[in-house]
Amino acid sequence: MVPLAGCTDIYVGLNAGAPVHTRYLDLWRLDELRGIHRAHDVLRIGALTTYTDIIASRLVGRHLPMLVAAAHEIGAVQVQNRGTIGGNIANGSPAGDTLPVLAAADAIVELQSRDGVRKVRVTDFFTGYRTSVMRGDELITAVEIPAVDGMQFFRKVGTRAAQSISKVVVAGVRAAQPRVSFGSVAPTVVRVPLTERALANGASMSEAQRILQTEIAPIDDIRSTAAYRRRVAAGLLAQFWSSTS
Amino acid sequence: MKKQPAKKAATTITFVLNGKRVALRAHPMRRLLDVLREDCHLTGTKEGCGEGECGACTVLVDGQAVNACLVPVTHVEGARVSTIEALNGRHPLQRAFVEHGGTQCGICTPGMVMAAVALGPRPTRTQARIGLAGNLCRCTGYEGIYRAIKAAGKPVAKRSLEPGRQPGADRGGQRGRNKT
Repeated sequence: MVPLAGCTDIYVGLNAGAPVHTRYLDLWRLDELRGIHRAHDVLRIGALTTYTDIIASRLVGRHLPMLVAAAHEIGAVQVQNRGTIGGNIANGSPAGDTLPVLAAADAIVELQSRDGVRKVRVTDFFTGYRTSVMRGDELITAVEIPAVDGMQFFRKVGTRAAQSISKVVVAGVRAAQPRVSFGSVAPTVVRVPLTERALANGASMSEAQRILQTEIAPIDDIRSTAAYRRRVAAGLLAQFWSSTS
Repeated sequence: MKKQPAKKAATTITFVLNGKRVALRAHPMRRLLDVLREDCHLTGTKEGCGEGECGACTVLVDGQAVNACLVPVTHVEGARVSTIEALNGRHPLQRAFVEHGGTQCGICTPGMVMAAVALGPRPTRTQARIGLAGNLCRCTGYEGIYRAIKAAGKPVAKRSLEPGRQPGADRGGQRGRNKT
């Protein structure tokens, strides 16, 4: 049983002749999975919220602008009008552009099943390449982001400004305890806690960049090389730090 | 999808297509692109890539530009769908694309024009570049397309997207939802 939301990824495989699952669960009409609300300092975004909805949202613009930045750089308008944040999480690509944002913000994924509601931190959600703790009988219903305490940063590096899967993608929060998360440099989105601690303790940027290399594990693939990704990740760390000071 | 789905899985899907209510039977997972081209015989919408990368299949659903190659037809149940045919060849953008070199081979043009319609009136060049970033052209180098969009934005009598209606405000706003 394959749940469907905006379908921007599933048809790529179907159109290329991937095996056709015979049973789909179409979520598109479940309006209760839409909506962006804020209460008690927590921003709650329904799983079926599209990137266009995120871009248009005053709440997200005020409280999680790095998510707006990410939404602007996903695909293009046609994809943004259909792709959903729940789909980005469920698809679990290591290059998912919202994932470093959610990881850096310590967001929480809300899962529902007949057994009830389960909440899992994004940083605990992914267990390996395109695998997660989500059970087959669960749906992602929302993601919740606690108030973010510092300046937010997002950069996506790809072949062009639109319609690109990232070579490296980063999101960060500059605070006394900085938080930084990278995509496309490991089988899952990653936080880099040793690097964060080094920065918090006043390490030099070159030392922080050295530590960063021990916390990422990029590969060579059709989009880029491990060496390039390491170099760009180091550069992005420096950009995060210098542009949020 | 290349594989033909079982006929017994077909369902009736009702929507408004270019201003006219239609009801057709199709497997819910058939691509909107294929239903438009094969069942509705509206071949203006093109397939360039089948992956949502090129925008040649751009249509408007409730005023929003989408890639029809990625939309299961069941998702347009109750929606207003507009294809290039809705413009009837008479939209200012269509004339402008012809007059200002916005079209050469024409394969990207229907999608490009529909994406431009979704921009709304008089977009800036930056808005046009962003709004059309999902539409690829192999011929023009895009300058003619931007010239055409700018030229079409010059004040003319506004036209409706839907044939048979009185001329009125464009309904293809970037985030406009056609309510009627």
